[in-house]
Amino acid sequence: MDTPISRRTVLGLAAGVPAAMALAACGTSGPGTGSGGGGATYWFLNGQPQEGVRTGAVDRFNKANPDAKIKATTYQNDAYKTKIKTAIGAGQAPTIIWGWGGGTLRTYVEADQVEDLTSWFDENAKVKDRLFPSTFGAATVDGKIYAMPCETVQPIVLYYNKKIFDDVGAEPPQSWDDIMALVPKFNAKGIAPFSLAGQSRWTNMMWLEFLFDRTGGPEVFQAVFDGEKDAWSNPIALTALGKVQDLVKARGFIEGFSSITADSNADQALLYTGKTAMMLHGSWSYGIQQADGGDFVSSGGLGFMNFPPVDGGTGDPGNTVGNPGQYLSISSKATAEQKETAKKFFTEGVLDDEEVKQWIGTGGVPVLQGTQDQLAADKNAEFLEFTYDIASNAKTFAQSWDQAMSPTAAETLLDNIVKLFQLSISPQQFADNMNAIIGQ
Amino acid sequence: MNTPTGHQSRRGRRGTLPLLAAPALVCFVGFAIVPVLGVLALSFTTWDGLGEIRLSGVTSWRAVLADPGLPHAVWVTFLVIIASWAVQTPLSILLGTFLAGQQRYRGVLAVVYVIPLLLSSAAIAIAYKALLDPNFGLGAGLGIEFLSQDWLGKPGLAFGLVVFVVSWQFIPFHSLIYQGGVRQIPRSMYEAAQLDGAGRVRQFFSITLPQLKYTIITSSTLMVVGSLVFFDLIFVLTEGGPGDATRVLALDMYKRGFQANLMGPASVIAVILVLVGLLLALLFRRLGGRDPSQSQFEGA
Repeated sequence: MDTPISRRTVLGLAAGVPAAMALAACGTSGPGTGSGGGGATYWFLNGQPQEGVRTGAVDRFNKANPDAKIKATTYQNDAYKTKIKTAIGAGQAPTIIWGWGGGTLRTYVEADQVEDLTSWFDENAKVKDRLFPSTFGAATVDGKIYAMPCETVQPIVLYYNKKIFDDVGAEPPQSWDDIMALVPKFNAKGIAPFSLAGQSRWTNMMWLEFLFDRTGGPEVFQAVFDGEKDAWSNPIALTALGKVQDLVKARGFIEGFSSITADSNADQALLYTGKTAMMLHGSWSYGIQQADGGDFVSSGGLGFMNFPPVDGGTGDPGNTVGNPGQYLSISSKATAEQKETAKKFFTEGVLDDEEVKQWIGTGGVPVLQGTQDQLAADKNAEFLEFTYDIASNAKTFAQSWDQAMSPTAAETLLDNIVKLFQLSISPQQFADNMNAIIGQ
Repeated sequence: MNTPTGHQSRRGRRGTLPLLAAPALVCFVGFAIVPVLGVLALSFTTWDGLGEIRLSGVTSWRAVLADPGLPHAVWVTFLVIIASWAVQTPLSILLGTFLAGQQRYRGVLAVVYVIPLLLSSAAIAIAYKALLDPNFGLGAGLGIEFLSQDWLGKPGLAFGLVVFVVSWQFIPFHSLIYQGGVRQIPRSMYEAAQLDGAGRVRQFFSITLPQLKYTIITSSTLMVVGSLVFFDLIFVLTEGGPGDATRVLALDMYKRGFQANLMGPASVIAVILVLVGLLLALLFRRLGGRDPSQSQFEGA
């Protein structure tokens, strides 16, 4: 019954007429790739301080290349994920597609929407060899490279407010049992143990990523990823799922966490204002707390550590999860000139000296090799070297689940994670719901 | 009608009417009929929004109809329709009746009441989200315990909040409709009622309310069909959460289509929405009585 029919027929039927009318009415064609010239388009995320670094790199490139400019457009995180997908599907993708690699990149590849960069990287070994080799995993689909790793390596970090810990007389947790023991201690003082932006869903997911890894190692999720039947019902998975519910039940997360979103950075504000004691968040949060938290970071108020081991767990406590890097792909629908401009940007613009300096300034570790000296010289040396060590020493640097999986499976996963955190489903129900879509 | 002039004018109208209707017809066909047909076609396909569209028969229909998420979304949609209708209608009628008075202070209030109508849904949702933030919102700022609740995190509260904000946004609009309706009621009816000794309450229930019958039907149709496809405010406010507590059909469609890349099943829900919307509109037309020209002004 699976007969391919021309996409253009249906699209033309569904959207052609109104779209043509709307275009005729508006007169502008938006940031499409159809209109030629060497001018490339590039969409990425807004939000300081990262936005400034990205914009700066584009500005410098445009100044150096007045006849092949890049036009940048910025979007909010969650809005971008939908927008980019729709734009690509409609043939309106920007020339340079910013993303997280992994499962989403695979859908682009399967739809023939992004350029295969394997041979380009072979010819330009210089570009490839200066980056962390571990970043190429999420850029590779079926042995071919479809994206250029860029920006920073972002492990998930356990942050804590040192002042609050001093006030309460507590020590940073060295194990999961320590975490559970700290919870009543902070609650008794009227301070919420953990900040969490529960409405954003992926924030909750980071907890499961670590608990799975620490309890049973990376193999547990790998089995899910490989499409093994009933992989979620692994007793280790069920234990990890139960542990997170234990923490919710013990009031480990701030009251009302389901109303908080990460896009507004409210979860991070809770930590630096001292309303909560700890927070699990990406390494990019360091820059945000530095920018928004007054003298919180500069006065040494922010503590950070890798997620502690789980008692009796078999996972390596040196492992980490998060984003091995960010990724730039080139739309296969772009004109030859636009693709040239994009590749030129990859060679000359991406991670130029100034950009590297700025990323380090925001507390980020660029995906570039041999930056240790620069990291050590920065005012945030402690955090930067901590991140660099985690990234380079981790036996497994697992990509965030929702980025690694296909968008379809990720959506079901995130929905079920929210329900798990709301205690409206049991670990067993979670496993059943997720087993049903394994292999999708 | 049998006079030559009447005949002529009718013939003349026959020539110009289609011409006058043409722009509207073209827009309607282009923006409503063609997309609906497109969605109907897509509902029998499998498409991730990026790659090739593949015909897959009733696979998508079977998947959606067997999904326990669908009855839940239908139920939530139904609850939103009922609750927002039950909150908005009485308040709008009362406000509309109040604003229909000619006193100057009522004119001033009428202008104030219209303000929510001027704001976009997204702006309203973001503003309420910020105001009701349990840690940095109004409650925490002013120290009002009652306002510092987990508004968007508890299913019941989140649902109530959605209905409240939707009502806040749309009551002004429906009040305007009712204000117009009340002003159409002949004064002589009220004068006669006053002579018969009817008080204000009695006048309201015996004259105003029955005379507003068609206005109520119009306003209710707008409310019910509007709530059926209500999307933007809920999407920004709760994203359908917590869990799926406020995941109405329109949101379910969007999530399946644009977040989970399942355009086939999303189209199935779109088709269901179109059918239910048409049915509801038809139902309300029936409620209005078979003969819309029937006079309500008998004896006036």
